[in-house]
Amino acid sequence: MTFLTLLNREIRAYFLSPVAWIVLFFFLLLTGFNFYAGVAALNRGPSEVTVVEAFFNTIFFWFGFVLVFPIITMRLFSEEYKMGTIEPLMTAPVRDSQVVLAKFCGALVFYIVLWMPSLLYFLVFTWVTRLQAAGAAGPFIGAYAMLLLIGMFYLSVGCLASALTRNQIVAAVMSFSAITLLFFMGLLTFFILNITPGLREMTGYFSALEHMAEASRGFFDTRPVVFYLSLTVFVLFLTFHVFQSRRWRS
Amino acid sequence: MIKVEGLTKKYAGITAIDAISFSVEKGEIVGFLGPNGAGKSTTMRILSCFLPATSGKASVAGFDVATQSREVRSRVGYMPENVALYPEMRVQEYLEYRAALKGIRGRTNRQRVNAVKELCSLRDVESKLIGALSKGYRQRVGLADALLHDPDLLILDEPTIGLDPNQIRQVRQLIKDLGKRHTILLSTHILPEVEMTCSRVLIIDRGRIAASDTPEALAGRVRTAGGVRAEIRADSSALDKELSSLAGVRKSEVQTLEDGWCACTLRTDAEHDPREAVAKLAAERKWPLRELGREQVSLERVFAEITQSGER
Repeated sequence: MTFLTLLNREIRAYFLSPVAWIVLFFFLLLTGFNFYAGVAALNRGPSEVTVVEAFFNTIFFWFGFVLVFPIITMRLFSEEYKMGTIEPLMTAPVRDSQVVLAKFCGALVFYIVLWMPSLLYFLVFTWVTRLQAAGAAGPFIGAYAMLLLIGMFYLSVGCLASALTRNQIVAAVMSFSAITLLFFMGLLTFFILNITPGLREMTGYFSALEHMAEASRGFFDTRPVVFYLSLTVFVLFLTFHVFQSRRWRS
Repeated sequence: MIKVEGLTKKYAGITAIDAISFSVEKGEIVGFLGPNGAGKSTTMRILSCFLPATSGKASVAGFDVATQSREVRSRVGYMPENVALYPEMRVQEYLEYRAALKGIRGRTNRQRVNAVKELCSLRDVESKLIGALSKGYRQRVGLADALLHDPDLLILDEPTIGLDPNQIRQVRQLIKDLGKRHTILLSTHILPEVEMTCSRVLIIDRGRIAASDTPEALAGRVRTAGGVRAEIRADSSALDKELSSLAGVRKSEVQTLEDGWCACTLRTDAEHDPREAVAKLAAERKWPLRELGREQVSLERVFAEITQSGER
């Protein structure tokens, strides 16, 4: 129950601040343009990819995607440290783990809301063109499932960064750097010439690009699922410990 | 209600509180008096489970603050020095949220929120955004929050700081009323405040308990520390001689002012009040007297007096 009270407050905090609406607006603009670009490409001639595939594998998409996590998560802990609201919060009978989990879930809810309008694009596409947006249900569900999985992991990284500092900008810079590094680790294979197969495989595990490309093609692989879920749990566990350590650092 | 033994807190090499021990019984209103940086807030933060102690033990209502923190937190109402609130929430909304966080749900939630709003006169601002409230109202929201779960112990860190004189009077009255049902530990650096509200005073200075006393005894000590001031027109050496021979006067200082008057300062024993004698003396000698009164003392003086006399 305490968790739900905390979660409720986190979600409200998002939608009561103008930042949320500004982010929503510009994100909508970006994804809208991305969708338009995808459809325009299909209009020019026969294509090997479906609209869903095109949508989730462009530079616009990835750019907005990477940028959105620091913005969502930077305020989570930093704001409470800075404003001092952490004091009333932690002198109420709540567990540290409940607070960490509520903040993560609050960010996740906002992240999900952020993607909701994009579902409409594909519905409208099907309705207007009488064509299937994804070819089948699999790629459609796969793309959104992967969006959720990658999102959970990156949000947890953002939580960790925010728990580390009372400065929101510092938190944003830290999580942006970490997420960008993680995101482009899959591209390392292109930069390292004499790459060993082992290293290639390892960086492949981190490659959100590949995971997304495969999922939106309808290719289901359990490895990224396990990978993202376990990493999310691990990073949240780290966040929990960092959050607890504030008592000893003071 | 509170039991503190050998509590020490060090911040990066600085000792904020140094092995302090004290206890507070159920029903007491105890004032924590000390200059800024004496360790009042640190002690209160440890008691409210916000900070861990470096060493030593503290317990509230029989629960240890370090190992049974959630039991302690559900029995303590804590109002921090700087009341930090979520500016985007409305007063009503915030209080409902805080009550739920403290495990008060359903119908009781509404009842408690209404009760504390009444108690802290927050009815008029219940639908206002917290960000738009004045400092005084914010303090009251903080106090209302501390009262929500009807705690056994109230810890109030400088509850009247930043309020206007009217509000200060209201809050002091409120604290007195609350003292009938709750045990209260409050901190302040304003001497009259403890005199008005507290049944016992703990004086803390540089991380140590310098004295524990009733406000009356403390006030008495302050008076003797202050001494008596008089302005008399007379020959300074004769005046000095006469004043020094008055009963109870330990030391007299006479200073000739520019306009020919003499400013006298008398230090006396605790049980003597030489004002009457001074007035009589002036009348007998036909010396004009234009001022006679107790010297206003600053808290720093009292502290110096108490800490230097080596009392523990």
